[in-house]
Amino acid sequence: MMDKRIRVPIDKEVAKSLRAGDYVYITGTIYTARDAAHKRMDEILRQNGELPINIKGQLIYYMGPSPAREGRPIGSAGPTTASRMDKYTPRLLDLGMAAMIGKGKRSPEVVDAVVRNGAVYFAAVGGAGALLSKCITSSEVVAYDDLGTEAIRRLTVENFPAVVVIDSEGNNLYETAAEKYRKTEENRI
Amino acid sequence: MIRTVSVNEIAKNIQEMCIEANHFLSSDMQKAMSRAKESEESTLGRQILGQLQENLAIAGEEMIPICQDTGMAVIFLEIGQDVHLEDGPLEDAVNEGVRRGYVDGFLRKSVVKDPLIRENTKDNTPAVIHTRIVRGNQVKITVAPKGFGSENMSRIFMLKPAEGTEGVKNAVLTAVKDAGPNACPPMVVGVGIGGTFEKCALMAKEALTREVGVHSDVSYIKDMEEELLEKINGLGIGPGGLGGTTTALAVNINTYPTHIAGLPVAVNICCHVNRHVVRVI
Repeated sequence: MMDKRIRVPIDKEVAKSLRAGDYVYITGTIYTARDAAHKRMDEILRQNGELPINIKGQLIYYMGPSPAREGRPIGSAGPTTASRMDKYTPRLLDLGMAAMIGKGKRSPEVVDAVVRNGAVYFAAVGGAGALLSKCITSSEVVAYDDLGTEAIRRLTVENFPAVVVIDSEGNNLYETAAEKYRKTEENRI
Repeated sequence: MIRTVSVNEIAKNIQEMCIEANHFLSSDMQKAMSRAKESEESTLGRQILGQLQENLAIAGEEMIPICQDTGMAVIFLEIGQDVHLEDGPLEDAVNEGVRRGYVDGFLRKSVVKDPLIRENTKDNTPAVIHTRIVRGNQVKITVAPKGFGSENMSRIFMLKPAEGTEGVKNAVLTAVKDAGPNACPPMVVGVGIGGTFEKCALMAKEALTREVGVHSDVSYIKDMEEELLEKINGLGIGPGGLGGTTTALAVNINTYPTHIAGLPVAVNICCHVNRHVVRVI
């Protein structure tokens, strides 16, 4: 495990060099999208249309913020559960999306697409939205304003803390880390 | 003696309670988090628990919600049977309180009007309201905004009576194991055993509003709470699901009589942002 500082949009070689368990601080420009925005993007792609953002090389943060108070760029801004986006993710990775920040497990199809495209899946700490909001210096809605919190936003982030969970070799921190501290064997029902 | 209470007073309290619940955790949760940080074996786990404490401090000082998912508002009302409510329908007042709390309090609006058409109501209404008529002439209000990262990982098991205690324990462990990192551990695990399909779910939800560290007054259930907490923490999931010895802060179990043919078990999982504010008016 190593602490690393990385810039986004992320360089392909940097993405490939990250390993599950690395603790990273992310600086640069990222985009937010969650359930409703993914559904719309998927509908566009099905009709061979053009996405509202050029996703190539970009990082998508699965996040829908609370409203910003006056004078602040954003409200509370922690990650949402990534698996709800699994259905749409392989296609976006194949189109060149380089990285994602979320929380929670991903499907085998997503892991395969991460490996196939040399991408990376980061987890941020769920339920720490106030703390994480301090790493966001600007926020601007760039598409789907009518979706409210689910709109696509462009964020500027500075030293945003995250952990590499799935790397380009298919290593999965959620699987290996829990084993290390496991003392209970349960009988599944 | 009959006492008259205006529903407007209930609305005003609920408005304030929605804002309070989303910015300040009760002291039992804060204490549980501190204790967990002492005992956590993983370095990364301790670091994450430290971030969660820092997050709570920022939330309270700067009035930024603890979590961006400010929840669907679950409201428990215990209304004394000697209370006379005036000034309009009670449920309208509850929803008005939620509306004002979420709009004025800069809380996220996370409710869609129809589960399939999915158009946002833009004021976080309606709330989910559970009303009980009890003895007395007071109104007890519990506001418990519920986030859906953990709600989505909750489960109901309709066990056979023959599965007994072991079956119940396996059900809880299965639900927690499957929830894993998705439910934002460390979690609080609410369990309802007995009753009917809907009764066990409601008991599990109510169990989440019990103070962390307070056990069931049924001695064998208290033992089960302690045993399950130890077993859950032995799953290795850890803070943020990134490995460690703190997967849950508490297991709270409620029970109720049930049918000769059944053993319903509900497991309602809450993340570490286990929000509940109680007022009696």
